[in-house]
Amino acid sequence: MENTINTGYILELKEVSVSYTPGKYAVDKVNARIAPNTVTAIMGPSGCGKSTLLHAINRLHELYPGISTTGEILLKGENIFRMNPMKVRRLAGMVFQRPNPFPTMSISGNVLAGYKLNNISLNKKEKGLIVERSLRSVNLWDEVKDVLNKKGTFLSGGQQQRLCIARALALKPELLLMDEPTSALDPISTSRIEDLILELKKEYTIIIVTHNMSQAARISDNAMFMYLGKLVEYGTTRQMFTKPENKRTEDYLTGSFG
Amino acid sequence: MKKTKLSAPRYRLMKSRIFFYLVCTFSLLTMIPLFLIIGELIRKGYKQFNFDLFTKVAPTSMEAMLARISGDAIPGGILNGLAGTLLILAVAIVLAIPLGIATGVYLAEKKEKPLARLVRNLSDLLQGIPSIVIGVIVYIWVVKPMAGYSALAGSTALAIMMLPMVIRSTEESLKMLPDSLKEAGLALGGSYSAVVLRILLPSSFSGLFTGALLAISRVMGETAPLLVTVLGAATVNWDITQPTTAVSLLIWEFYNDPNLASLIWSSSLLLLLIVLCINLLAKSIAKKWKIQ
Amino acid sequence: MAKMDKLLRGILLTAACFIIVLTAGIVYGLVSQSWDAFASFGFFRFIASTEWDSRNDIYGALPFIAGTVMTAVLAILFCIPFSLSVSLFNGEYFRNKKLSLFVSSVVDLLAGVPSIVFGLWGFYTLRPVLVDLGLSQQGFGVLLASIVLAVMIIPYASSLSAEFIAMVPNDLKEGAYSLGATNLEVIQRVSLPVAGSGIFASYILAFGRALGETMAVTMLIGNTNNIPRNLADTGNTMASIIANQFGEAGGLKLSALMVIGLLLFFITASVNFIAKYIMKLVNR
Repeated sequence: MENTINTGYILELKEVSVSYTPGKYAVDKVNARIAPNTVTAIMGPSGCGKSTLLHAINRLHELYPGISTTGEILLKGENIFRMNPMKVRRLAGMVFQRPNPFPTMSISGNVLAGYKLNNISLNKKEKGLIVERSLRSVNLWDEVKDVLNKKGTFLSGGQQQRLCIARALALKPELLLMDEPTSALDPISTSRIEDLILELKKEYTIIIVTHNMSQAARISDNAMFMYLGKLVEYGTTRQMFTKPENKRTEDYLTGSFG
Repeated sequence: MKKTKLSAPRYRLMKSRIFFYLVCTFSLLTMIPLFLIIGELIRKGYKQFNFDLFTKVAPTSMEAMLARISGDAIPGGILNGLAGTLLILAVAIVLAIPLGIATGVYLAEKKEKPLARLVRNLSDLLQGIPSIVIGVIVYIWVVKPMAGYSALAGSTALAIMMLPMVIRSTEESLKMLPDSLKEAGLALGGSYSAVVLRILLPSSFSGLFTGALLAISRVMGETAPLLVTVLGAATVNWDITQPTTAVSLLIWEFYNDPNLASLIWSSSLLLLLIVLCINLLAKSIAKKWKIQ
Repeated sequence: MAKMDKLLRGILLTAACFIIVLTAGIVYGLVSQSWDAFASFGFFRFIASTEWDSRNDIYGALPFIAGTVMTAVLAILFCIPFSLSVSLFNGEYFRNKKLSLFVSSVVDLLAGVPSIVFGLWGFYTLRPVLVDLGLSQQGFGVLLASIVLAVMIIPYASSLSAEFIAMVPNDLKEGAYSLGATNLEVIQRVSLPVAGSGIFASYILAFGRALGETMAVTMLIGNTNNIPRNLADTGNTMASIIANQFGEAGGLKLSALMVIGLLLFFITASVNFIAKYIMKLVNR
């Protein structure tokens, strides 16, 4: 049972490939290991496969027919393709590009959505605790504690995105996957989310896809650079920004393309 | 000299302006029939638009004739028609809406899969079938085997007419939801059924509701398919296996019987008001929803 | 959980398959009931014959095919100036303005008026006008039916073509304006040509509606079983002959009416198919 041995890494990618059409790889044999309580940024020009890789970790590709994923992804040593997909998705919370609170649910309903969707019944006290804990962890509690029963869509964009993070955190995931979470937000909301990511690192492991290089430099410990589906370079953020090993990485970081 | 003056720019501008006024005039003219129709129904129908209309069944030709001879207003109302319309519509709704929504969800989920494309095309085909032909079909498949006209047959006909509208509006309103909503639901570990039933359908509820209302208002005034399926009835009937009448069918009977002609207007006015109100309600919901 | 998923998928698939069964049932029902008439008269003899004789049980559909095509074509011709104006008003001149919202909602409401109410309006309001104008003695006939049909299909023709006109890219129009074109010239040279096939498709769809419209036509066309010789002449359409004679029909006559229903089904289906096909090409 080699693949259940805990290696100290929370996530291991082994030869992970994703293809939309046979023979063409959007993600091409990616190998990487991610340590707990770190922030890993995935960078690269659009279409390089970074979002695709992130979706693969959450097994979201299974929604769309014709996409095939090969290789192994070990979450805490366990191959996610042998796990129940719903369990995988509970363990790996996901935050999307645009804030997408469920429009028919209230703020507290949104936080509890994961429980409701998994048919986990909670009593009133448990609900209250989860809502408060999750909203506090994204620094939204003080702003919304009086309007918990209002629709989540009435909040500002930045608040909505923090609500979506709270929604993912409510299920106590091991891993938080963020797909360009600030690309639709203004600079102030963006900086609040960035601060939040640094705080959340204490309890969670975070993988964030970002277009924004300075954002990656500000918040990430490690960085991946992807190009045409391949993982070109993976190392500490500091090293990648100061002396990148690969010419392409350097070109991208200095703005020569991308 | 005049010729050069009228040449190039000024002449062209004038032509352009005249065309604009023509377009405005014709557009204005197009709106007139609606108001003419409503006006005429009110003018001729308001006198008979009374309590009796809602509480009494339609008079027989004889009763009406006697009243006419003695110079009284024609007695009676259209209670049997109202009850029939309600019964036929209610059963049609039960038949069409769940089926239409389920099919619409299927189409929105399967997008361009061959089966989905086939079903989508067939639904479009159904939408184009003339209402009288649908009536004839239901006559073949329901009236004949049941050995008689019935409210159920009428409901079936109206349900077939509603189906494509409900399917289309369900698919369209589900398609308007961003993909990330579904992904977010699944990313929280929700099962497919939980995401469809608890997130997707509730999120598009106003779209579904509007579609259903529009479908109802479209079939509510239908006469032709009822003509060959429900036959008509002189009394209030709540049994779906029995012949029934409907408001539109009563109007047709009044139209064909000179003794009853004066009841045409009040009943048409009522029918038109109900249909247009449902229509307006549906559209105002749709508008409100779009702004959000 | 997985059970619920399977159940839901099963329900959705069943519903979708039911639509296929329903359509198949419709076609099968019409064809099987038409069989007697086909066997007695032969398909081509039936559609080419002008006889409709209940006493001798001889039937032919030509007068009704002619009546249907005549009323529908006339209706389209009558509606064009109005519906095209409305679509230019809403899609070009006052696009996204409050005024166009008002106009389009009023015109859309017209589509909500029940067919039988249109029939009443045609009978009691328009018919006397036609008689007064000396266009027709009784007022009934192809002309009256076509005018009312035209009013009925205006909303269908105009709202769809307005959408196609509104979809014409602004930079194309601006290009023409920048070269000094007037409003009218932009419409003639840019908007209408670019939106042309879409507009054409909307009129074909409206034509399909006109072909199948039943109640109003039944009340106005005069119910005679001959080929209309002129606009003032009376006749019957395929839909109206079914509505008029279905109740008292049995045996071979019923079967003949079924053939007419089947024909009407195929004609409207092909017309709609053509319109949808054109629209698909446009959207590409």
